[in-house]
Amino acid sequence: MLGKERSKEIADRVLALSSADQTEVLIFGGNQHLTRFAVNTIHQNVSETDVTVRVRAVFGKKMGVASGNDLSDEALRKVVESAETVARFQQDNPDFHSLPEPQPIEKVDAYSEATATCTPEERATVVSAICAASRENDLEAAGAFSTTVEEVVIANSLGVSAYHCGTVAHIVTVIMSEDSSGYATATAMDVSTLEPETVGRIAMDKALRSRHPTSIEPGAYAVILEEDAVADMLFTLNYLGFGALAVQEGRSFMSGRFGEKIAGENITIWDDGHDPRGLMLPFDFEGVSKQRVTLIENGIAEGVVYDSFTAGREEGKVSTGHSLPAPNTFGPVPLNSFMATGQATKDEMLASTERGIWVTRFHYTNPVHPIKTVLTGMTRDGTFLIENGEITRPLKNLRFTQSILDAFSRVEMLGSELKLLRSGWGNFAVCAPAAKVEEFRFTGTTEF
Amino acid sequence: MRELTDRALNLAQVQGASYADIRIVHRETQYITVKNGVVQELELDSTQGFGVRVIADGAWGFASSHLLALAEIDRVAALAVTIAKASALAKIEDVDIGPPEVHVDTYRTPVEIDPFAVPLNDKVSLLLETDKEARSVKGIMVAESSLTFIRENKTFASTEGSYIEQEIVESGLGLVTMAVSEGEMQQRSYPNSFGRHQGTAGYEFIQQWDLVGNARRMGEEAVALLSAPQCPSGLTTVILDGPQLALQVHESCGHPIELDRVFGTEAAFAGTSFLTPDKYGTLRYGSGIVNITADALTPTGLGTFGYDDEGVPAQATDVVKNGLFVGYLTSRETTSQLRRIQPNAPVRSNGSMRADGWNRIPIIRMTNVSLQPGEWAPDDLIADTDKGIYMLTNKSWSIDDKRLNFQFGTELAYEIKNGKLGRMLKNATYTGITPQFWGSCDAICSVDHWHVWGTPNCGKGQPGQVAHTGHGAAPARFRNVRVGLIK
Repeated sequence: MLGKERSKEIADRVLALSSADQTEVLIFGGNQHLTRFAVNTIHQNVSETDVTVRVRAVFGKKMGVASGNDLSDEALRKVVESAETVARFQQDNPDFHSLPEPQPIEKVDAYSEATATCTPEERATVVSAICAASRENDLEAAGAFSTTVEEVVIANSLGVSAYHCGTVAHIVTVIMSEDSSGYATATAMDVSTLEPETVGRIAMDKALRSRHPTSIEPGAYAVILEEDAVADMLFTLNYLGFGALAVQEGRSFMSGRFGEKIAGENITIWDDGHDPRGLMLPFDFEGVSKQRVTLIENGIAEGVVYDSFTAGREEGKVSTGHSLPAPNTFGPVPLNSFMATGQATKDEMLASTERGIWVTRFHYTNPVHPIKTVLTGMTRDGTFLIENGEITRPLKNLRFTQSILDAFSRVEMLGSELKLLRSGWGNFAVCAPAAKVEEFRFTGTTEF
Repeated sequence: MRELTDRALNLAQVQGASYADIRIVHRETQYITVKNGVVQELELDSTQGFGVRVIADGAWGFASSHLLALAEIDRVAALAVTIAKASALAKIEDVDIGPPEVHVDTYRTPVEIDPFAVPLNDKVSLLLETDKEARSVKGIMVAESSLTFIRENKTFASTEGSYIEQEIVESGLGLVTMAVSEGEMQQRSYPNSFGRHQGTAGYEFIQQWDLVGNARRMGEEAVALLSAPQCPSGLTTVILDGPQLALQVHESCGHPIELDRVFGTEAAFAGTSFLTPDKYGTLRYGSGIVNITADALTPTGLGTFGYDDEGVPAQATDVVKNGLFVGYLTSRETTSQLRRIQPNAPVRSNGSMRADGWNRIPIIRMTNVSLQPGEWAPDDLIADTDKGIYMLTNKSWSIDDKRLNFQFGTELAYEIKNGKLGRMLKNATYTGITPQFWGSCDAICSVDHWHVWGTPNCGKGQPGQVAHTGHGAAPARFRNVRVGLIK
């Protein structure tokens, strides 16, 4: 871990080396520790220390970027020179106006000493307990337990200078029998609040209850989607169309629909990098303070997130603090999104369902038709038939092919609790409730 | 370099490691992207560091750092041993990596034109010209073209005595065009979708593909798709082009033959496999004409190298022979595990362990997993098909966590009627169950139409790793396939 002073010293050193009109330095640092287990034993246990220094050099409207992870003076000078050389080869980018000016950035408390100092032995002890409980029940546990410290520094020659350090603790387990599996996960800033025993118990309970699954015909069913499944759909909406570039290029489901009803009245979605219920990040990768942006409110398409490029293309728009690291062709994207809760418990959803399917989570989802938000994927690790308000039997997994916004137009009940869920890649997170959805479309089955 | 590797290996042994290896890696990457007439990305990245992998107390440990200094080597090697000893707290049995692998060698990707020596101006000009051609088609909303070049130098050393130096060079290119109308978006990509086509080769790889010459066609096809009829639903005959078939092989054969998945180590993330050891040598995976190999020696393949990241030499392995499942992708450890269940399995690893850089532990990754060519010419195959759909270039993909139920969508499709290609169809999808699907394969095109496609974005592992894999394929025909699921 570099720490604030050392990080800023490196940033200042880089800025002093540059002869460009404007210069930006973005530093990612930190440590990542991960203990991975399968078949009730640890099979992979890793630790990583890294730092990446990215330099953006600007001459007029020409930009170049170079990066490296060697912090010596000579190496940093080479990175700056590479960025400048690349910039000189560039053509003008008409969408570029300027790097951002400094602005106040609210501090967030996203660091936990307990997470930062968690040892391999502590992680192994937690994992051993899950494996032992699994073994006692003739089951096999797999999963990963990680503790991470992440540092971000952004500084530019106009005076922007921001530092953030956050921690993330994450545990996931899939516990399996010969013909069943159960899943549970937890994510928190503070490892001491993670409750890994609960995670293990939930997964084991599901593995035991889902033994001897039977098939059901594909078709439209009422579904109770646990928080992971709802989050999967929310992640998809985030990258498909909640960014301004996707709208400007006409490839977003929001394009031309602002002010229109695109989901049920009980659906409200927003992004907020300052909300402590999520994985907080107070500024984006251009150093702009993150704003709370309402994306869908009571089913109405309200807004999308902007970076400085996309804001510069539209009259009266400013960056909402959602830039990805430059350069990128993807545009801004929400990284800390939330979906509003309802009033129901999952038991109440279950009791209200005459016939339907309980979905623990989805697997390998991918958009089939982005503008229509049609998504396909499989159910996984705990799929059950609901009859007359009760779970009656486990089901073999099903494939769904379903428009997300159509599903979000048929949400009959929303869970009263938000769950923090991390994406499979990186530390992008959403907070989502469980949901009961009518007429969810399953299009295929598999053999387990 | 020897000083650093010796230091790490000695220290790990002194700390109690019974086995240790170290990889020192330096990777340089150049990205250039032109989007809608503007050079949006022009980036040079460099990353270097080392990773130390050890067995201590019969369990694995791994630690890595970007700081290439003797003191840091000491810290990281000791940390790897500490981590291994912590792993042993949940140990059931000692790790067995089988017989020693001792190799002292060097390997370099054969390169005719060093891609990093080609002037940036030439590369940018190629993309700007491609972009101009693509956007000359009325109705194109987005055109994005890119070039990617990677040079990775890595040194592997182990306590068994191996010392291997490799230089892997990759070159990649891609174009995607998008057309949008009310509620509809269509895209066409060249030479392959999802970013780019890539191979282990120099700039000559870029020159082999006429990016500029195909740009206008991609634009025209994307626009034409907007008004094309929807792909119908039902059971029919499907012919897949090479790029789509390459991804079909990747998802439904390449992943399930990864022996670490089979033994459950990906269970909580990417999933497991239906190809369990009891099916080894007995399961009919496909029809008698289906032959699939894993070959890390294929020229220009994206899964081509000299040695894997455990220091095992690159090899060619039969995976499916005349329809029968006969081989896995293996590591040293999983080879030993398999032989306890299947004593007739090979004694040595077939060299499939690769790591995504210095800071990741090697895991089993596809090399070049390829469907071997058959006898047909594409025109004859179409002429021999009364009714069906010809599908080209992947647009979406999904498969269950044992790799049985899959669903793919393609960018482009054509109706086949009475042995001739008919109208263009949009939003084509097909779905199936892996062994049934491959069992319905009744024709594969010849070596003249076979190409090794690069997949530079294969995700697996925790922490996440992205692998570069290759897949040889020629167009092939499948019967009784369920198509068209979008409403």
